[in-house]
Amino acid sequence: MAKWIPLWLHKLGSPPTFYRFAGAVRPWAMGLALLFGVIGLYGGLVLAPPDYQQGDAYRIIFIHVPSAWMSMFVYAVMGVSGFIALVWRMKLAEVVAMESAPIGAAFAFITLATGSLWGKPMWGTWWTWDARLTSELVLLFLYLGVIGLYHAFEDRRQGARAASFLAIIGVINVPIVHYSVVWWNTLHQGSTVNIFGHSKMPWDMLWPLLAMTLATKCYYAASLCRRARTDILALESGKDWVREIAQAEAAR
Amino acid sequence: MPMNPTRKRRLILVIAIAVAAALAVSLVVYALQQNMNYLFTPSQVQSGQATQYSTFRLGGMVKAGSIQRSKDSLQVTFTVVDAGGAMPVEYTGILPDLFRDNQSVIATGHMDGARFVATEVLAKHDETYMPKELKDAMAKAHADAKVKEAAAQDKSP
Repeated sequence: MAKWIPLWLHKLGSPPTFYRFAGAVRPWAMGLALLFGVIGLYGGLVLAPPDYQQGDAYRIIFIHVPSAWMSMFVYAVMGVSGFIALVWRMKLAEVVAMESAPIGAAFAFITLATGSLWGKPMWGTWWTWDARLTSELVLLFLYLGVIGLYHAFEDRRQGARAASFLAIIGVINVPIVHYSVVWWNTLHQGSTVNIFGHSKMPWDMLWPLLAMTLATKCYYAASLCRRARTDILALESGKDWVREIAQAEAAR
Repeated sequence: MPMNPTRKRRLILVIAIAVAAALAVSLVVYALQQNMNYLFTPSQVQSGQATQYSTFRLGGMVKAGSIQRSKDSLQVTFTVVDAGGAMPVEYTGILPDLFRDNQSVIATGHMDGARFVATEVLAKHDETYMPKELKDAMAKAHADAKVKEAAAQDKSP
């Protein structure tokens, strides 16, 4: 064990400890997700003023943009935990990487679907092969590839390592998605919200967007906790601590 | 920090392959930078950069006051301009909600003489969002400033 890793973090990596930790975190994360989601949607759909160009139609941004950010964020988490899984063969990292993939795929799908619904009235088309749309579609396919590869192996740990490898290679697509609107002429607009600098949106519109960002982040945490718990039980199904939980459940 | 040799080998291997993949993709992206142009601007077309394509996308701004609609069909003609050129465009069909004077548009079609015949017209919007009242107030302030400027110029001979 490397000395620079604090003991509590090291312990968190053990499946039974993480199982209990995730069980404690999940309800809080879900509660915060619902709270921020209700605030963000009320702010975005009711309080925010209509846009000068797009009127009320722009309000789909409050779903589209947070989902798009999450589709990239979850991919980054999957890439990092995939890397840890490959090099250190840590069981929990495999679980986090593989259980993140379906959540990220869902966010990527929501991004593409809401973008399409938005594009038809505003741009005049459901789909166009510009760099932003195409790279986001590639991101969805990478997620599906990771999920497919993971399940293609008889041995789940071998499958997780192979899929982690694909996930790491695919990380290169994340900056491409982000910078596609800068590097190429696209039909898609450039970035409205800038972390380091001036956002091209007034605060009335921005705060609901940030609230929705927090909501999607918390939802991801909650969903990942639940998925990881289930997966850890399956992974450790022969172990004593899992048997104890199973017996306690059966006795209820 | 001494590291387990197996882990160290794996670490190096994974990093090496990831770096190689990143390098390969960056080269592809760099190469595409030159010829993955989604659109051509009127000045690019007029300088002959689009001659090798039978159909291509034309992008620019709709010149204010250039939109003319036919009375008995969906045909519409307008002029697309950029900083250094202008191109007359003809289109028959339904236009997107955002199509209007001074709006960025992207038209797909082909050249017919000096005129561009479009089969699809898409409207592009920029990354700025603001309330309508604020936009109106800004436009008014801008107009007032111009009037003041003009008045000041009238005074000083």
